[in-house]
Amino acid sequence: MSRLTLVTALMASVALSACTDPGRLGGGGLFGGNSQGQFEPGSIDDPTSPAYFQQAIGDRVLFEVDQSTLTQEGRAILVAQAGWLITNSDYVAIIEGHADEQGTREYNLALGARRANAVREFLIEQGVAGVRLRTVSYGKERPIEICSAESCYAQNRRAVTIISGGLTS
Amino acid sequence: MKNFIATLLMGLAGLTLSAADTHAQSGPLRIEITDGVIEPLPYAVPNFVAETSSASAVSKDIARVIAADLNGTGLFREIPEEAFISTITNFSSPVQFADWKAINAQALISGAVTVDGGGNLSVKFRVYDVFSGQELGNGLRLRGTTDGWRRIAHKVADAVYSRITGESGYFDSRVVYVSETGPKDDRKKRLAIMDYDGANLKFLTDSSSIVLAPRFSPTGDRVLYTSYETGFPRVFVMDVGSVTRRVLEDQPGTMSFAPRFSPDGKEVVFSITEGGNTDIYRMNIASGSRTRLTSAPSIETAPSYSPDGSQIVFESDRSGTQQLYIMAANGGPAKRISFGQGRYGTPVWSPRGDLIAFTKQNKGRFHIGVMRTDGSEERLLTASFLDEGPTWAPNGRVIMFTRETQGANGSASLYSVDVSGRNLKTVRTQGGGSDPSWSPLQQ
Repeated sequence: MSRLTLVTALMASVALSACTDPGRLGGGGLFGGNSQGQFEPGSIDDPTSPAYFQQAIGDRVLFEVDQSTLTQEGRAILVAQAGWLITNSDYVAIIEGHADEQGTREYNLALGARRANAVREFLIEQGVAGVRLRTVSYGKERPIEICSAESCYAQNRRAVTIISGGLTS
Repeated sequence: MKNFIATLLMGLAGLTLSAADTHAQSGPLRIEITDGVIEPLPYAVPNFVAETSSASAVSKDIARVIAADLNGTGLFREIPEEAFISTITNFSSPVQFADWKAINAQALISGAVTVDGGGNLSVKFRVYDVFSGQELGNGLRLRGTTDGWRRIAHKVADAVYSRITGESGYFDSRVVYVSETGPKDDRKKRLAIMDYDGANLKFLTDSSSIVLAPRFSPTGDRVLYTSYETGFPRVFVMDVGSVTRRVLEDQPGTMSFAPRFSPDGKEVVFSITEGGNTDIYRMNIASGSRTRLTSAPSIETAPSYSPDGSQIVFESDRSGTQQLYIMAANGGPAKRISFGQGRYGTPVWSPRGDLIAFTKQNKGRFHIGVMRTDGSEERLLTASFLDEGPTWAPNGRVIMFTRETQGANGSASLYSVDVSGRNLKTVRTQGGGSDPSWSPLQQ
């Protein structure tokens, strides 16, 4: 979690310093004027912020054992992710695929790649430009939950959409 | 150590046995490894004789390393020094076989060490069949530098092992692996290289990027591995001597992993994932030219060449679950060889060519196993919460692998097991370890 948190914090600070204009919701410039919104720009309350994407929309979808098929719940989250990405077109995303520890290292790398790709293809179907979406697999190398039980495994079988700096940055 | 010289000591008394004679009289003192040894062979290795005063410490150390090598095989049982009736104080004096028979030492290793002012080490040794009173093989002298004393000791142990078992040894070898520290959700991984017994540890990378599954070249001079250095999994090749590395495959939008050398060391076979689909490719290291070997929508990975370079064993889930397949080294149709219950992955062809080691997952347990190359005679050697990633000793008689313990405090360690399934034990590492790759015997 520590790295995710760090990335989120960094992204939030980027958004805070560079993207404080609520007008960009309407396609405004990357470097806007002063914020007069009802929320702290870049915070979870700012619907243009990566923090909002991560926490309010949900940055991850979960998978069944050894599966890369999207669940109904996952699809709903990804529809919302796609909406955010289409609106906030200055951002790009890296989709991380992960697996639980019950598998061999190489297979889990390939399985994580399948999961990340399933998310990427769904987002593209929803209208997000493919050039904005990269994928990477961590296999079983980056668990977020560490117990050796299904309750943890279920959280680790995931694909996480990490929002990062814009295409022009 | 590159100028390591092994020379026959022809001038010493008692070393006139011909090779044929040696074999003829070695009959009773023989371990048949394939039989699955139950009773280890008792032997004695007194401290080597220090023939120069500066050799006194190393002469004891060498005998201890030889003993550790032999004892570690599970095939030999050392008779402790306290039991000795006499010992060897002069390498050239006749051996008092009665004293060694009395303590039931079936084999006796005697040796002598000199160290000159320039730091050059010379070790000579003989191996005796105590009960026949004959020497096994010829006396040998090994030369090196004092800082290479462990390698010389391993070479002596390899010679003893070889003379008594009829098989080549595996002690003068190294292991490259992934050193692991930190908790499961913040694991730090570094490439590390060490002697097979854990000595002479050296780190090859720092822990700034995830590194996975290093693989030795057929001569041990280079290592292939997967690193996240670029942000994405990529196959790198590292020169072990200079610790310089370069990325082998860096096509944007893809990831590459699971590399292994061809037996001639000129090609690499590995997986590339593109658009979520993982297939097997081979690449000429010098030219960078690449050939695609599989093109199925399933996961094809973990390729490993046969020792003659003509075939590749790999894993695929094309049937719906991970199974093992063999194809020609230039691709084409593949034949499934695993048909037991459960899932099979990480196949590795033995250096002898006769067996394939693999990881098996069945009913929530992991196993290291072996099967013949046609899939017959499957035998599981281990069972635990998580065993994976076998690598063969250079003589094809021992397998090293990763064992990971269960739970929030789980950690990975290196283990080894004989191909018979006996002699399961931990491999000494500093901290945790995973993904071992065993080098060939050093030259």
